[in-house]
Amino acid sequence: MQAARWLRRNLFSSWGNTAITVTLGAIVVFAALPVLDWAFLNATWSGTRRADCSGEGACWVFVSSRLDQFLFGFYPEEERWRVVLAAALNIGAIVLLFVPPMSRRAGMALAGVPLAILAGWVLLHGGVFGLPLVETRQWGGMTLTLVITIGGLFAAFPLGVLLALGRRTSLPAIRAICIVFIEFWRGVPLITVLFMASVMLPLFLPEGASVDKLLRALIGVALFAAAYLAEVIRGGLQAVPRGQYEAAAALGLGYGRTMLHVVLPQALRHVIPGLANTAIALFKDTTLVLVIGLFDFLGIIQAALTDTEWLGLALEGYVFAAAVYWVLCFAMSRASRRVENQGVGGVA
Amino acid sequence: MTETAAVRVSGVHKWFGKLHVLDGIDLSVAEGERVVLCGPSGSGKSTLVRCINGLEAIDRGDIVVGGVALKEDRATLEQIRRSVGMVFQQFNLFPHMTVMENLCLAPIRAGGVSAAEAGEKARNYLERVHIPEQADKYPAQLSGGQQQRVAIARALCMEPRIMLFDEPTSALDPEMIKEVLDVIVELAEEGKTMICVTHEMGLARAMADRVVLLDEGRIVDAAPPEKFFTAPESERTRQFLSRILHHRESDD
Amino acid sequence: MSHGPWRATGLRPVLWQVVAVVAVGAVCVFAVSNTLDNLADRGIASGFGFMSSTAGFGIGTSLIAYDESSTMARAFFVGLLNTLLVSVLGILIATVVGTAVGIARLSSNWLLARIAELYVEVLRNIPLLLQIFFWYFAVLRTLPSPRGSHAIGDIVFLNNRGLYLPGMEVGAWFWALLCVGVLLVGVPACRRKLGTAPVWFLFAALVAAALATAEWTAPVLQGFNFRGGIVLSPEFVALTVALSTYTAAFVAEVVRAGIQAVPRGQVEAARALGLRPGDVMRKVVLPQALRVIVPPLTNQYLNLTKNSSLAAAIAYPDLVSVFAGTALSITGQAVEMIALVMAVYLVISLSIALGMNLYNRAIALRGT
Repeated sequence: MQAARWLRRNLFSSWGNTAITVTLGAIVVFAALPVLDWAFLNATWSGTRRADCSGEGACWVFVSSRLDQFLFGFYPEEERWRVVLAAALNIGAIVLLFVPPMSRRAGMALAGVPLAILAGWVLLHGGVFGLPLVETRQWGGMTLTLVITIGGLFAAFPLGVLLALGRRTSLPAIRAICIVFIEFWRGVPLITVLFMASVMLPLFLPEGASVDKLLRALIGVALFAAAYLAEVIRGGLQAVPRGQYEAAAALGLGYGRTMLHVVLPQALRHVIPGLANTAIALFKDTTLVLVIGLFDFLGIIQAALTDTEWLGLALEGYVFAAAVYWVLCFAMSRASRRVENQGVGGVA
Repeated sequence: MTETAAVRVSGVHKWFGKLHVLDGIDLSVAEGERVVLCGPSGSGKSTLVRCINGLEAIDRGDIVVGGVALKEDRATLEQIRRSVGMVFQQFNLFPHMTVMENLCLAPIRAGGVSAAEAGEKARNYLERVHIPEQADKYPAQLSGGQQQRVAIARALCMEPRIMLFDEPTSALDPEMIKEVLDVIVELAEEGKTMICVTHEMGLARAMADRVVLLDEGRIVDAAPPEKFFTAPESERTRQFLSRILHHRESDD
Repeated sequence: MSHGPWRATGLRPVLWQVVAVVAVGAVCVFAVSNTLDNLADRGIASGFGFMSSTAGFGIGTSLIAYDESSTMARAFFVGLLNTLLVSVLGILIATVVGTAVGIARLSSNWLLARIAELYVEVLRNIPLLLQIFFWYFAVLRTLPSPRGSHAIGDIVFLNNRGLYLPGMEVGAWFWALLCVGVLLVGVPACRRKLGTAPVWFLFAALVAAALATAEWTAPVLQGFNFRGGIVLSPEFVALTVALSTYTAAFVAEVVRAGIQAVPRGQVEAARALGLRPGDVMRKVVLPQALRVIVPPLTNQYLNLTKNSSLAAAIAYPDLVSVFAGTALSITGQAVEMIALVMAVYLVISLSIALGMNLYNRAIALRGT
């Protein structure tokens, strides 16, 4: 009886509603069946060559045969364990930031992330500690996507904090500089920033100094993300009640100490949803590096599609890419919502 | 025997998740009767009143309003709501409309009345609540007491047979409670059927035909005011009265 | 504000500011001097003289007359117009679709609400560039050739060369009737809230009459291609569709949040008065929701305009693609060209932000 009542209220409560339910239901069924058919029932899952594909459904052989390239780019096969280790360290460090027992020691947790990033860079690049050198132009696929996302955010965060503080200060010169900086990077498209970093950065440096292509992209991404982060953090700062500043001053704490020990820890809690949104947006924006010749996850799939053996499989490639991005982005946004609700660092 | 009850509530149960907020309510309100519902917070009195005009759905039982059985479909709900007026604790005036527009909106859009007729009715009811001069102001420009009186006028403009009040004075500053209570008492004297949820015992004494006490979702006692306040039969009633009256006396 | 209780007096704050300005200045001087040196070394010219030189390249889609002998300046404008075209069209479609989806998400019909939710959650979590590639490579480029086009009626055709629509030649009568319709009927009707049926009927009749006076040419298949009518290139269609549907997902969330921000008591009071759901939404909820919706909505419009620069990835000739892409490879004057392009976007961003501030001030609730 409960079920009948629920159906009545939610799907068939009036003539109009019933009509909508029936029409939508029909559309869903008619649209979903061919898609399921193509993607699962008639699809070819195993094999190594194009000829293995039946031609009726999706040819997932394309994905399975080139999967390591999609994940690691041109990273030498015997060194791939380094990428996996670096990824595990970084993702582990970030996750630990939010898991309750660890987050009580905010300081320790915060130090963990830069250490993981540094270790990650050393692992990926090599050249020291007996690890053979792997040049950045061999980094590609999901590896490159993660490097740009994590590296870019990491570089952008301190800059963003400084900009946010600078924008709220009463010293006019500093405030003006920060406002101009923030509004500039927020007002231009990321593609122009990447072009600028890729083409103009070498011009800004003295003759002979060359900058690694990936580094140029990272600098552009970091400056861009810093401006957005600055606005998110500024919102968090504004959410901290004025009484906190006053109490700290009354206790004799100076500006710097107050910010570090009293204000920023509280502000950061308000900042989590905006921070997560920026991170997810950045993760999606890494696809743009394709335009300046770097092969991120999407870029390398796109390049694979031009291979003569796999022509005409654009649909399979994009569906696969979309699925991967969707799962990762959706998981990140769900995780951030959970953290938001539970509170961070013991402060709910 | 013809159906003369304005509102008949039979065997009504409602759950909010696991909370059994209404536990077998049977209540019959006659035409022209004034009923005051009171009880400790969480007793379900606001929920009951909101079930009567369909703002909350019931899980078991029946409610019949003015001879029409309350059902979940939109047509029935709208028909019932056109003959039941409701005044909320938080006033809920539309802030982007003037007082006149607040009053005329429903008569024109749901009552099928012409703009001119609605305007006249609005002015009439504004007079009745003693603030005709505020017709062109916006809600934010009025005091709390004035806003609540506008809300009462707005409900009256639909010319409902039954008026529901959900703690009409609980959100008001003490100085403004009286002006609203006076208006409610005047309405009562005109013979409208009224169900009023309130903490103001003075109101109950002034205008109620019956005072009903709810506790933990059940009706615990019902009696005319003289009997309820001076010689209550139920122990629960005595406890309730001693708690609120004691609080009141300690204010002096 | 952040210096509140520590009143910034004395020499220290001045010192900090001087340090900041000097530091920023030093960085700028360093960059500029290096740039001048490097440019000189590579033999690249400086200044904006290139604007009057011949472009020397063609542009696929153009709203104004343009050919290879036109100036660079003209190429710049062609790119700019193309960007604006895609942006405006995208904004219109995204607003309509996004509002519908946002309201649908709050529908009491469970199926409708879930489908709307699916739309939002799927499109928001897939990168825009990927969606553009999908529409361009996986959909539009796989369409049949003109001879096997998908047709609607006999006037609209879709194939791998683009979307063919009937073209219209408009004369004086068209503009006259349109002006009468909009200025004398439409605008006054909105202002004085005369939303009655006869008035809108008159407006619709005038618009229809205006359209009727235009000369319509339908696209006709001749040989291997179509003649007549207007053709929207596959790049344009793919970009616009991707931009609109993607932004619509965000608009839907903004609209939904705005509607939910209206206190529940408002809806209850309206329903308690017996108002129909349509009236509750139109008269009570939406006017209040709009105040909450407008600022983030303009942000989405800005994002769409900036995102239109992704056109470079599928060779749609927008401003970035034409100027910072093709033209730059010819003149080599990266600094001037990229700076110019960025300046255009900055101007657009700041004007929209300004417009939004003015709008906010105009609609603030009176009495508060």
